[in-house]
Amino acid sequence: MSLRKKSLRAEPGPYFGDFGGRFVPESLVAALDELTAEYELAKNDPAFAAALMELHRTYTGRPSIITEVPRFAEYAGGARIILKREDLNHTGSHKINNALGQALLTKRIGKTRVIAETGAGQHGVATATVAALFGLECVVYMGEVDTERQALNVARMRLLGAEVVPVKTGSRTLKDAINDAMRDWVTNVETTNYIFGTVAGPHPFPAMVRDFQKIIGEEARQQVLDLTGSLPDAVTACVGGGSNAMGIFHAFLDDPDVALFGYEAAGDGVETLRHAATITKGRPGVLHGARSMLLQDEDGQTVESHSISAGLDYPGVGPEHAWLSSINRATYLPITDDEAMSALRLLSRTEGIIPAIESSHALAGTLELGRALGPEATILVNLSGRGDKDMETAGRYFDLLDEGAEQS
Amino acid sequence: MSTPGFSDTEVSGTVSTVQQTIARRRAEGGGALIGYLPVGFPTLTESIDAAVALVANGVDVIELGLPYSDPVMDGPVIQAATQQALANGFKLRHGFEAIKAITAQVDAPVLVMTYWNPVVQYGVERFADDLRASGGAGLITPDLIPDEAGDWMAASERTGLDRVFLAAPSSSDARLVQAIEASRGFVYTVSTMGTTGARAGVDAAARILVERLRAVGCTSACVGLGISTPEQVREILGYADGAIVGSALVKALTDGGVPAVARLALELAAGAQNIRPASSPT
Repeated sequence: MSLRKKSLRAEPGPYFGDFGGRFVPESLVAALDELTAEYELAKNDPAFAAALMELHRTYTGRPSIITEVPRFAEYAGGARIILKREDLNHTGSHKINNALGQALLTKRIGKTRVIAETGAGQHGVATATVAALFGLECVVYMGEVDTERQALNVARMRLLGAEVVPVKTGSRTLKDAINDAMRDWVTNVETTNYIFGTVAGPHPFPAMVRDFQKIIGEEARQQVLDLTGSLPDAVTACVGGGSNAMGIFHAFLDDPDVALFGYEAAGDGVETLRHAATITKGRPGVLHGARSMLLQDEDGQTVESHSISAGLDYPGVGPEHAWLSSINRATYLPITDDEAMSALRLLSRTEGIIPAIESSHALAGTLELGRALGPEATILVNLSGRGDKDMETAGRYFDLLDEGAEQS
Repeated sequence: MSTPGFSDTEVSGTVSTVQQTIARRRAEGGGALIGYLPVGFPTLTESIDAAVALVANGVDVIELGLPYSDPVMDGPVIQAATQQALANGFKLRHGFEAIKAITAQVDAPVLVMTYWNPVVQYGVERFADDLRASGGAGLITPDLIPDEAGDWMAASERTGLDRVFLAAPSSSDARLVQAIEASRGFVYTVSTMGTTGARAGVDAAARILVERLRAVGCTSACVGLGISTPEQVREILGYADGAIVGSALVKALTDGGVPAVARLALELAAGAQNIRPASSPT
């Protein structure tokens, strides 16, 4: 009998410990089976991997660089802080990694129409982009509240040729956009592939989206080794559904000396009802096709989440995160709106990099973590997206707009 | 087709009243009419009155929906109604209260239609006990496939409750067999790829799916999704054991209250009569 511990990097789904699975209408099972089978074939097909790598290189601009940020690090107890620059990808975030992978898969399956849900709009923009690139019809579902706070991304998607459907049901945010995308998929599954944006949802999405995002950690692990000669002491990322976090965590799962920290959106604070801190405050439950942690009331009704960041404003989380938390391999902590916005301004002013509000949650958590770990520590942060899309929110929050300049 | 433990009618000495009702309607030369309404819409009292009115006007089985925050199988009419019920303060205990009140007034079996998370949070065993105690016949579970239903299979075996799983036009033959073996009461035959809501014509897909189910041994297939008129009920009962009407009844309740539901139920019930000659009583 081998004493070697089982790798944490080899989880294929559908289950991650007690989490994951497929809680979906029977109508979708055939499509999920097809997607699973095609993905397994594609995963083992060198031509598929080569095509995706070529797109990463010539379209997205991979590998994305790492940037050390010493002026920012002065505020983090002097710890060495290194950013993985997913914000520099084409379309401005990590979402393109997954959208390209799933679009290639869509072509392989032979479907001609893709749908997507989006919160902040980054996954919607990435999907609209790859749909334009591959000549696919594209419909993006977006909560009406989010279409208002991320109006620029709505315009981007429409310019790219996608139809954006504002979702007016429920809380009119990401969770309801997913409901409507699922209803569309149930109806049009014969012609349509659902390009799911995060590591949540029914199998095979959590494992497949993770696999398309794990390139972030694979690149960064080597880049940090090349720069510093050793692995980082900690890796940090923001967590909504959790795709950028799984993407950077995955390569480090079997490095027991590397601590992993996911930062959830605490909105007005986890002591209030207005937050999106799913692992911190939720209970196990079933939503959007998987068993995971969930913000819910005693009857199992989903509770509305709140965050200044549309991309983290989700009452669920990917099942692999719920599992990593349950086995204490990763730690999940809440970051309030104010803490995130303050980190956003700090990185802008110290390093000339304007981060997305989502990624600013990871930066805020890293400031605290650095102070706790001390000046000898090295921390790798996933800077998952850039802040251009957030200028209206930031402008209002920091009162940066001249009177009359505000559009709405 | 009958697998030990998952048989058509009899488990732990309990005869499925849903199955009995379907058999009786067949023997009478008609088919079963199943009517859906959500609990708590427009109010708890009116939803109970409306369900009673369904049975008084010829509906054979009640499908009582529990409002849920994220109903992915439902179209706009039922979404709007269940969202209003939740806004009015619907709680799961109201569901059990409603079943008690309905079964105290009418004889028809009451199946509960619920998404899975509320059952999980209530506790699967506790939910089964309270459903049984309040007079409910079983569960229709739109987002629970047999593959994930281990807890519910055990709880329904113990309590003798019916469990209705779904079969879809996209289901493989192997999955149809799985749905038949896992279900008790009937197999919910999804007429079309889509969500709930009235449609002008019911898909040919429904007839084909029922034929496919029959070919692998299904003795109790009820068709739902998109059925709103007596003509559609009659057409479906020509080949299926039951017809399920939902959104049309909810729309009637929205527009015209309990009297409108009663009128529509009476019309639909006429479509469920005299499908074929009645068999002689044995």
